[in-house]
Amino acid sequence: MQQKPYINIDIKRKRDDFTLSAKFQTKGGITAFFGRSGSGKTSLIDLISGLDTPDSGTITIGDQVLFDAESRINIAPEKRNIGYVFQEGRLFPHLNVKSNLLYARRFINTALDPVMFKTIINLLGLEHLLNRRPSTLSGGEKQRVAIGRALLAEPQLLLMDEPLASLDSARKAEILPFIENLRDHLKTPILYVSHAMDEVIRLADTMVLLDHGSVVAQGEVEDLMSRLDLRPLTGRYEAGAVLSVQIAAHDKEYGLTELSFSDHKLIIPHIDLPIGAHLRMRIRARDVSLSTSKPIQTSVLNVFKAKIIEIAPDGRSQCEILLDMGAPLIARITRKSVVELNMKVGDTIYAMVKAAAIDRHSLGLVGTRVRQIN
Amino acid sequence: MFALTPFEIGAIQLSLKVAGLALLGCLPMGLLAAWVLARCDFYGKSLLNGVIHLPLVLPPVVVGYLLLVLFGKQGALGRWLWETFEVSIAFSWKGAAVAAGIMAFPLMVRSIRLSLELVDTGLEDAARTLGASPKWVFITVTLPLILPGLLTGTILAFARSLGEFGATITFVSNIPGETQTLPLALYSLTQAPNGDVGALRLVVISVVIGLAALIASEALSRRINNRLR
Repeated sequence: MQQKPYINIDIKRKRDDFTLSAKFQTKGGITAFFGRSGSGKTSLIDLISGLDTPDSGTITIGDQVLFDAESRINIAPEKRNIGYVFQEGRLFPHLNVKSNLLYARRFINTALDPVMFKTIINLLGLEHLLNRRPSTLSGGEKQRVAIGRALLAEPQLLLMDEPLASLDSARKAEILPFIENLRDHLKTPILYVSHAMDEVIRLADTMVLLDHGSVVAQGEVEDLMSRLDLRPLTGRYEAGAVLSVQIAAHDKEYGLTELSFSDHKLIIPHIDLPIGAHLRMRIRARDVSLSTSKPIQTSVLNVFKAKIIEIAPDGRSQCEILLDMGAPLIARITRKSVVELNMKVGDTIYAMVKAAAIDRHSLGLVGTRVRQIN
Repeated sequence: MFALTPFEIGAIQLSLKVAGLALLGCLPMGLLAAWVLARCDFYGKSLLNGVIHLPLVLPPVVVGYLLLVLFGKQGALGRWLWETFEVSIAFSWKGAAVAAGIMAFPLMVRSIRLSLELVDTGLEDAARTLGASPKWVFITVTLPLILPGLLTGTILAFARSLGEFGATITFVSNIPGETQTLPLALYSLTQAPNGDVGALRLVVISVVIGLAALIASEALSRRINNRLR
């Protein structure tokens, strides 16, 4: 069943020579705002939070109008019930972790449900930090406390402004599972600002692409990632199709795992997840090679019959080829091969994905979600 | 033993009373002025800043004389006060408090403003997204964070009020039991024959009060800073 859009945004704001103009809607789950720095991502969520005011337009969450320039509605940030996790955490230095976490409670009339407190503390792994001062926490711990503090206000929406940007990759790896936990266990919709595509692919369901203050595209992460025209924005070195897959079987003898997606099977090195688990993974374009005839006796385990949808030369020596095999796949090959093999849009072709190419590094990009069926 | 004479006790009590009232007025107004200077932008801000700091650069006698002109029975404000409230502050200890407060005001404003400017407004934004109205943001975030500056300002202003001499003697004169604070009493003793011993005793008392205030504030601010760090 199609869910009603939960968040409806259509706003404009001009400051000096930068104009932000955003129109999009999204339902629950995690929606990622992706774009380069300076594309207006943070300005946009500042406007949603109420810390900044648009010149015109409307902001609606659920049935509640938070901002409407025409009818002069502009709800104050403290009354919007929107949580905000800032890039730098912004913990109150004069309060300990527990008081930081409970800060919002003094403005809420209903008592805190102890089960909810316990759940959030557990999801974020905060038990042992409760009596510490913010200055004694590591960057990752600070960010976890900031997330908990925002959640304990029981917000109807959570904004996260590059919560991992100030952390090194080890800390990022430490926090990502916590955010996945939130996504999978709490109902709060999240707007997640990021300029790191691996985070977006791992966390988000929906993506809003921003460039120079405007929304360039919005949609499911899988759909946007397979659009070659968006490649300059989604990132050249990030190139690759995103697939939603399910663990089908494990091959103990050879240490392999079989994934299934839309009538296909994909074999990758063993990953330690239960059969039936859903995950999202990216197949990098440079790991896909093409053949015009069906390859026999090849070392490549994954061969897919596909149709060429689009050929996009990069203006130099390479082309990106968008393929349809029931799911999108992107290959990056040389222009020389395209010409010599006489590839054209509409041709049927065989795509090969080396199982060994999907190493631990690419598996770092795999979301370990178990989707709820509703 | 160093037993205090009734004359000395009277001067100390009066001094503390005058300085206390001066602080009571300075604190809220200083906070307001510091807030306006640190956070607001408006036409004529540097003029306001100048006026607030004027007592710091003017000879105290000038301030005292201006107060006398304004608040004397014939002065504009003095007449109004007398006609509406039947209150006169000239030549009374309340006048001494006004003089001390005005002289101490810029010191108070300066240190509060400095610490206000150091407060990360991002923390205040964060508090608002957590449900705090601007009033509560001030009480629960801003105020605790500027506490060290507030404390320093208070101590400086207190010390300045205790030591106020020029503006006080010009505005409210040197009336024993009414406006004769410690420095004024000390001045009288230095003018009197055989006043040396009495003057020396007042010097010792002044030093003790001043040191006690400084040590207390140092200890307090160390505690606060530990909490903030």
